[in-house]
Amino acid sequence: MSNIKAMRDAFLENVWKAMHNDREIFFLTADFGSPVLDKIRSQFPDRFVNVGIAEQNLINVSAGLALEGYKVFAYAIAPFITMRCYEQIRVNLALLSTVRKMNVNLIGVGAGYSYVVSGPTHQCYEDLTIMRAMPNFQILSPADHVTAGEMFNLCLDSIGPKYLRLDAQQLTPIYNNKAPNLKSGFEILKIGLDGYIVATGYMVHTALKVSEMLEEKSLSIGVVDMFNLTNYDEENLSKVFKECGYIFSLEEGFSGCGGLDALLFNFLSKNQLKANFHNIGVEGRYSFELGTREILHEKTGVGPKIVFSQILAFLSSANI
Amino acid sequence: MDLIKRSEWVWRETLNVHLLAPETRLASSLSSIEIFVALYYGGVLKINPKNPYSDNRDRCIISKGHGSICMYPILADLGYFPKEELKKVCQPGSFLGGIPDPIIPGYETINGSLGHGLGVASGMAFGIARKGASQDVFVLAGDGELHEGANWEAIMFASQHCLDNLNLIIDNNKISMLGFTNEIIGHGDLTKRLGSFGWKCWEVDGHDVLAVCEALHEMKKERNGTPKVLIANTIKGRGIPGLENQPLSHIINPKPDLLNQLISPRLISPRLKL
Repeated sequence: MSNIKAMRDAFLENVWKAMHNDREIFFLTADFGSPVLDKIRSQFPDRFVNVGIAEQNLINVSAGLALEGYKVFAYAIAPFITMRCYEQIRVNLALLSTVRKMNVNLIGVGAGYSYVVSGPTHQCYEDLTIMRAMPNFQILSPADHVTAGEMFNLCLDSIGPKYLRLDAQQLTPIYNNKAPNLKSGFEILKIGLDGYIVATGYMVHTALKVSEMLEEKSLSIGVVDMFNLTNYDEENLSKVFKECGYIFSLEEGFSGCGGLDALLFNFLSKNQLKANFHNIGVEGRYSFELGTREILHEKTGVGPKIVFSQILAFLSSANI
Repeated sequence: MDLIKRSEWVWRETLNVHLLAPETRLASSLSSIEIFVALYYGGVLKINPKNPYSDNRDRCIISKGHGSICMYPILADLGYFPKEELKKVCQPGSFLGGIPDPIIPGYETINGSLGHGLGVASGMAFGIARKGASQDVFVLAGDGELHEGANWEAIMFASQHCLDNLNLIIDNNKISMLGFTNEIIGHGDLTKRLGSFGWKCWEVDGHDVLAVCEALHEMKKERNGTPKVLIANTIKGRGIPGLENQPLSHIINPKPDLLNQLISPRLISPRLKL
């Protein structure tokens, strides 16, 4: 098993490698770094720029560079690169890319609670909702560095605006160096006979833990890693859901506000699937409380223990 | 046709467009006429109407999109699209809307929401410079539009990166939607202000088309490591009695009878008398 590694390091390593041969790659940051970024900065100063603490301009300059034919990667902390500059994203990336060819990739670091002690300004529980609101934005949400690294090629090759939601912490890899098939948009990590937890990002790790806890209660709840929230194999996902009675969405974002849960709800509705569906996400309130990520997760409804209890309660009420 | 007569022609054609489509913003489109005439007919911009996105074109970003209805007759005249399209402005199926969008051949970016053009143009200018190419980027923004903070992020960026292929033109008509800019958020001395941000400034009477043209040529020629700005002092609603310098001119629509009277060929142009 490969060592734990930050998603951004795996992704940026691939950007750096590709920049040696592909002169069309341009990298921008809003004064946000990483050790790998230092290599990009020093080796490719003509295709790297730090725009400063100025996310609106980060997006606008990215749009301008993309119009000039560059493949653009813009990098910042997740809440800032999505919410601080949302109208720039909407107008100059989402709207403009419908009439002009543009390849812009927004790399947001700090999904959910991953900036644990920095408080709610640096945490991010709304991004999936607002980025999903733009119909032509591709949203990628890897659960480990192996997937994140692999996603670089997808970003490079597919035209259009994309948002990559990365965790800030170093996580144990799930894919053991063999990345999932990105084209399918999701991966069944564990087969479930009674149902599935469909999770994204860090929550995939939680889902696997919860699944084990449920197994001890003789419940077979599988795990689906939903790493592409916009382009996924609908036919195969339908097949998975047709064969199971219970589906639980699990996300490190506000529950019931248009994130992964809304995606699955719409998917079930569109495909006329009659599964029992229950959505689990961050409780809908803001808090300045300090704690470890585990403590904060249990308090806000997405820690393994509370998720386990929620699923158990839901299944009990359904008399499984 | 010389530039003065051309400006007169564009002014009349703009009124014609507005008569057909009263949803268009007339007053803010009349302050920028000479700027566009200088850019498009004065030999400032290198353009290719048959291939609007050809690599060797100069880029012209019209950030105050709503105030560029006067571009419709100009673009049609230059051959970006057939002149018959001018009769369909704001009609279902037309690509010429109340606010221009980049589905119009000749428009580079989205211009409906204010404060976006300069940042995107900075990215284009930066990309062109990093490619070692020589094209210029021109941007037209309004003085009211400068209230949007994103402009100032771009103003600092362009100066930091010595974007001397970037040319900003401010249509300084001094009025935004609800009144005089200076009574809302005043810019003080714009030349001094932008100069302090490291931009080289030119200032000109924005309705003296020959002066505008001369200044733009001079700006284009100068490549000394600083971004450049032309402050064109203009009159919102120029040439329309009741609209000129009226603080609410943005939302006042003059009566069609008045406009018809003004563009009647039997009359001596009211604008030439100004």
